[in-house]
Amino acid sequence: MVEFALPKNSKLQKGKEFPVPKNVTNLKRFEVYRWNPENGENPRVDIFHIDLDSCGPMVLDAILKIKNEIDTTLTFRRSCREGVCGSCAMNVNGKNTLACINAIEDYEGTIKIFPLPHLDVIKDLVTDMTNFFAQYASIKPWIETQTPAPADRERLQSKEERKKLDGLYECVLCACCSTSCPSYWWNSDKYLGPAVLLQASRWLEDSRDENTGERLDELEDPYKLYRCHTIMSCTDTCPKGLNPAKAIADIKKMMAIRQQG
Amino acid sequence: MDFQTPLAKVRGLGSAKAGTGHFWMQRITAITLIPLSLWMVLYTKQLLSASYEQIIVWLAGPLDSILAIAWVIAAFYHAALGLQVVIEDYVHTEWRKITSIWLMKLTFLFFAIAAIVAIFRISMIG
Repeated sequence: MVEFALPKNSKLQKGKEFPVPKNVTNLKRFEVYRWNPENGENPRVDIFHIDLDSCGPMVLDAILKIKNEIDTTLTFRRSCREGVCGSCAMNVNGKNTLACINAIEDYEGTIKIFPLPHLDVIKDLVTDMTNFFAQYASIKPWIETQTPAPADRERLQSKEERKKLDGLYECVLCACCSTSCPSYWWNSDKYLGPAVLLQASRWLEDSRDENTGERLDELEDPYKLYRCHTIMSCTDTCPKGLNPAKAIADIKKMMAIRQQG
Repeated sequence: MDFQTPLAKVRGLGSAKAGTGHFWMQRITAITLIPLSLWMVLYTKQLLSASYEQIIVWLAGPLDSILAIAWVIAAFYHAALGLQVVIEDYVHTEWRKITSIWLMKLTFLFFAIAAIVAIFRISMIG
């Protein structure tokens, strides 16, 4: 059955509270999830106080400041710091998002930072994305054609055909949406989840692709596709403002049309 | 030991090539149940004031007995499809999942047949 309570070794404990810096007026309190696989202890929540006058504007800047100046053992992923790479996906004040494109001043009071929900934690804010990326690979995210490309040019697309990919191609695969989906929490071993289905939709909508039928065959499954119950957490949480729920609805529509139409 | 690659695990036994029928019928029965349930509510409202004999006469009428049987079929079918999804969501041990889904479906089928036979008996025998 589904586990509704955390296992014993996942129960959160009170962590360290690092001292408040002196002679500082603009303070912000951060609570950060910590877990070290090497010491056998339960996860804990550490408390940090950050001087915002000497810190960059974004949540990621505060995390970097903690690592640089307060606790160098804090572990997290980051790269582009501008919402393009999808590395710094984490749960900030209860909502999955990219830490680099959210301003500290937009959050009132304490900022609580946790890893993405319902993935195995590797250390602190770093989660195991193996299954997520394997699911992405399983939908064959590349063009599949039988007709050879024209000898003298690329495969052409009209402006209208290209427009169909808007809202799909922008996804950075940060996994915020998939890990916010209760259906994905319960069945992530079989359900592909919103991020991967949005990508599946991106290839189904591509006018140059010639394998739409085979792609739909692969998705036609009670779990891979139909575990989506239109909960809409994916669309609500997407830090890039995309709409995975609509992409999934479009796939279901294609399925219905090819069977009923 | 487990040397299977993540991709092999994700692909598993492959697509079941099913699910659209279930999805479609769940919506069709839902839409069908809107007018049928409106009729059902009006009918059950009559039960509060009418006498036993009057109700039997009404239910024995051709339109009312057809609507009653249609409501029973649509409601039980819709409920079975919905409960199947709930079981698939929350029960993860394969044998438990398969047996509970079929036990649920057969139970619903039994009650649907019982309800239809009852309506038949009323409309035929009175």
